[in-house]
Amino acid sequence: MARVGVITFPGSLDDRDAARAVRIAGGEPVALWHADTSLQGVDAVVLPGGFSYGDYLRAGAIARFAPLMEEVIPAAKAGLPVLGICNGFQVLAEAHLLPGALMPNAEGHFVCRDQRLRVENARTAWTSEYVQGQEIVVPLKNMDGRFTASAETIEELESSGRVVARYMDVNPNGSINDIAGVTNEAGNVVGLMPHPEHAVESLTGPTTDGLGFFTSIVKGLINA
Amino acid sequence: MSGTDNVALALRTPEQPQPYKELGMNEEEYQKVRDILGRRPTSSELAIYSVMWSEHCSYKSSKVYLRQFGEKAPKTDKLLVGMGENAGVVDVGQGWAVTFKVESHNHPSFVEPHQGAATGVGGIVRDIISMGARPVAVMDSLRFGAADAPDTRRVLPGVVSGIGGYGNCLGLPNIGGETVFDPCYQDNPLVNALCIGVLRHEDIHKASASGVGNKVVLYGSYTGPDGIGGASVLASASFDEESQAKRPSVQVGDPFMEKLLIECSLELFQRGLVEGIQDLGAAGVSCATTELAAGGSGGMDVRLDLVPLRDPNLLPEEILMSESQERMMAVVTPENVDEFMAVCARYEVPATVIGEVTDTGRLVMTWHDEVIVDIPPRTAAHDGPVYERPVAVPADQAQLQADTPGRLPRPSTRDELRKTVLWLAGSPNLASKEWITAQYDRYVLGNTVLAQPENAGVVRLDDETGLGVALALDGNGRYTRLDPYAGAQLALSEAYRNVAATGAQPLAVTNCLNFGSPEDPGVMWQFAQATAGLADACLALGIPVTGGNVSFYNQTGSTPINPTPVIGVLGVHADVRRRTAMAFAAEGHKLVLLGATREEFGGSEWAHVMYGHLGGLPPMVDLPAEAALGSVLITAAQETLLSGAHDLSDGGLSQALVEASLRGGLGVRVALQGDPFTELFSESVARAVVAVRPEAEARFVDICQQAGVPFTTIGVVGGDSFTVDGLFSIPLHELREAHTGTLPNLMA
Repeated sequence: MARVGVITFPGSLDDRDAARAVRIAGGEPVALWHADTSLQGVDAVVLPGGFSYGDYLRAGAIARFAPLMEEVIPAAKAGLPVLGICNGFQVLAEAHLLPGALMPNAEGHFVCRDQRLRVENARTAWTSEYVQGQEIVVPLKNMDGRFTASAETIEELESSGRVVARYMDVNPNGSINDIAGVTNEAGNVVGLMPHPEHAVESLTGPTTDGLGFFTSIVKGLINA
Repeated sequence: MSGTDNVALALRTPEQPQPYKELGMNEEEYQKVRDILGRRPTSSELAIYSVMWSEHCSYKSSKVYLRQFGEKAPKTDKLLVGMGENAGVVDVGQGWAVTFKVESHNHPSFVEPHQGAATGVGGIVRDIISMGARPVAVMDSLRFGAADAPDTRRVLPGVVSGIGGYGNCLGLPNIGGETVFDPCYQDNPLVNALCIGVLRHEDIHKASASGVGNKVVLYGSYTGPDGIGGASVLASASFDEESQAKRPSVQVGDPFMEKLLIECSLELFQRGLVEGIQDLGAAGVSCATTELAAGGSGGMDVRLDLVPLRDPNLLPEEILMSESQERMMAVVTPENVDEFMAVCARYEVPATVIGEVTDTGRLVMTWHDEVIVDIPPRTAAHDGPVYERPVAVPADQAQLQADTPGRLPRPSTRDELRKTVLWLAGSPNLASKEWITAQYDRYVLGNTVLAQPENAGVVRLDDETGLGVALALDGNGRYTRLDPYAGAQLALSEAYRNVAATGAQPLAVTNCLNFGSPEDPGVMWQFAQATAGLADACLALGIPVTGGNVSFYNQTGSTPINPTPVIGVLGVHADVRRRTAMAFAAEGHKLVLLGATREEFGGSEWAHVMYGHLGGLPPMVDLPAEAALGSVLITAAQETLLSGAHDLSDGGLSQALVEASLRGGLGVRVALQGDPFTELFSESVARAVVAVRPEAEARFVDICQQAGVPFTTIGVVGGDSFTVDGLFSIPLHELREAHTGTLPNLMA
């Protein structure tokens, strides 16, 4: 069974939810602690949402220096599948595993809404269960979700198909080009501002559209 | 150290004048302290007594009335811990228990809306942790001045960002609540925050310091000069011109530290390292030490100079009164101290042993080896003054009740009725609160089954069995102003109805009683009436009060707010998968109105919105009818007979149809039998409107008949408009615009 690690940083909030999503997708969630120095041989890693270190200084800026990140960074560069959700995306950006930065929402306050997205890249380790262009609805909830990068970087992301998902209907935070998620060149590291782990059960989510991110990794690892 | 007042000095200088009046004590209370101690108190002792005997901490004006919640409590085996502890604990089955409580943070939220509201959330969450429970959700009940008043644009966004900023950062879903506008709250906004926590039966923890030789550990944030005197000065004095000068005494919250405290405390409990625990809220170290000592072996020695400080210049009196947030105090056996410290270190939570449990019957505190406090702790924690304040019916009460809404012109033409539906749907109190609730995380923890704007918030407790709870928080200041006895019962009725509408069985009650000055006999009469009404209604409905909070002095000058008891009802779902949601989203399902409609407009939303009128009597209370309606809604949910259900309350049938229709994105077509104005807008109690699954119609009629609940088929779900046959039709997009545009426009 695919073993997917979920890192808990001080102030991580959606770690249990990410673990539940892995379980529902058929994988085995493995709790990882920020201060440890071993990835326990997991097959993939999720950096969950939350407010690590209270978002003090800058979202993700302190968690990026956690001891376990010393393991995550080289492993990700070597191909370990890594998904950063919301605050996890911010940590990955701070760690330069993904390009760009996440700035405070354009309207200046926290936004929680059911957000329609278009999956733009169904070839990453985390999106293979979707089809390109598929529209999904998952919760979005954040304070600092405005994706920003240099014009050069945006051009590169767009031309190489590295925008993973895009906001539809409304741009909830002022992200450039409605970008909701991006991937690295190799497609193993994905950062996503919306929360697919909150759309895995019809009882508690607006849809079950988010499950695909987790089944993608679980099935991908089994097939690999 | 010289310069610090101590017991030896107090004995030598019995006549030294002391600032008891400035600390909010009267002469009689000060003399009582001297009698207890047999000498003058030291300044540290005076600090302790002044905060512990403040209205806020001692409930000295309300105690004689609050007793009846225990005396009149219905017999139940569901209450594992009753009133008196930080929060009551209710058995919800399958070995699970739930604790919940609501508290006010009204005055701080007026002075500094963001921090005032944020620390209100923080305080109630620590109350829940200190029962050994994992907090799983929050709710809030908010009241502001007129929606278009300039100050509302200062207070409301600050309060909302404070609640959101703190709760979101803690990872607690916000699952519901209410927001009400009324000019009477102009300079006295109400911010009542509720938290609910979950625990296994065997994990209940109590606030007591038992076991001689056990260590007293202070953990969490360092102590700073936050809210010094806040409990007795800020939280109990009315607002006046000096409020601005009091700004520094509002506390500042650090939700990140609170999140660490939650996780750290739960691991401490799980490892069995905690003998007794108390959160530090109003009155900080004073409250925690006196209450822990009074609840346990009876004595405690504390070295106050060991309290870790953010500001090294703090005096012992200031340390005792500091309301620095995110602090807890635990009693730990000596052999467990190392492991306790290691757990705290893992979470990067500072922890310090500051004292020890004794059997002396005295709370003794030293400051650099000098004894600065030596008191019997019960005298501060439990044996404070109790007042039976004068009570008198307000002079204008009879006149108010005589001024019925019967004289107000009513809409009669089709167009007037149509416009009234739209006006009400877009009026600030009935308009969509999405502008507010979109700033709250309702998804975190992954167990939110229903959240605002649903009838009640519903959270799952157990993934396997589907066990869950429902919570609703309701109040109506206008009804309570017109008749405080009935007003409290109407608030309870509405919360009960809301919980039952989701299909949950109501189990227990919490309350936050927001009133004016207890020194005003008229206010005290309102309080006496409201508490009696609530206690009687809880007995009638068979659900006990498990705890609560009183907030007095909500007034500006001599004008009190409308008396506003906010009532929380907790219900249980054996399986949340069988809950009923409020949306009418199934084309063709029949709409059934449950309950009887009378011509009742006293205190109604219609009279308020159209005429700013408040007079007459509120709707008649009918508790047996509420119980019968509840039984129908619960049985119907268990048998999944309904595709949607919405309670009727403010704004009557019209508003209920608007909300359920917009929620489901489908129209409704109804036909009315009687006077359309009364049918659409009356606020008679014990009513709900439901959409019945076609195959379940016969069974549903059976249930209604058995329960004796009047039922009328009024129409059908479908189409894209709100249509009343022969009268008017309003396209959903027009309704949606009216309903959702109000708050964004006001706050833009």
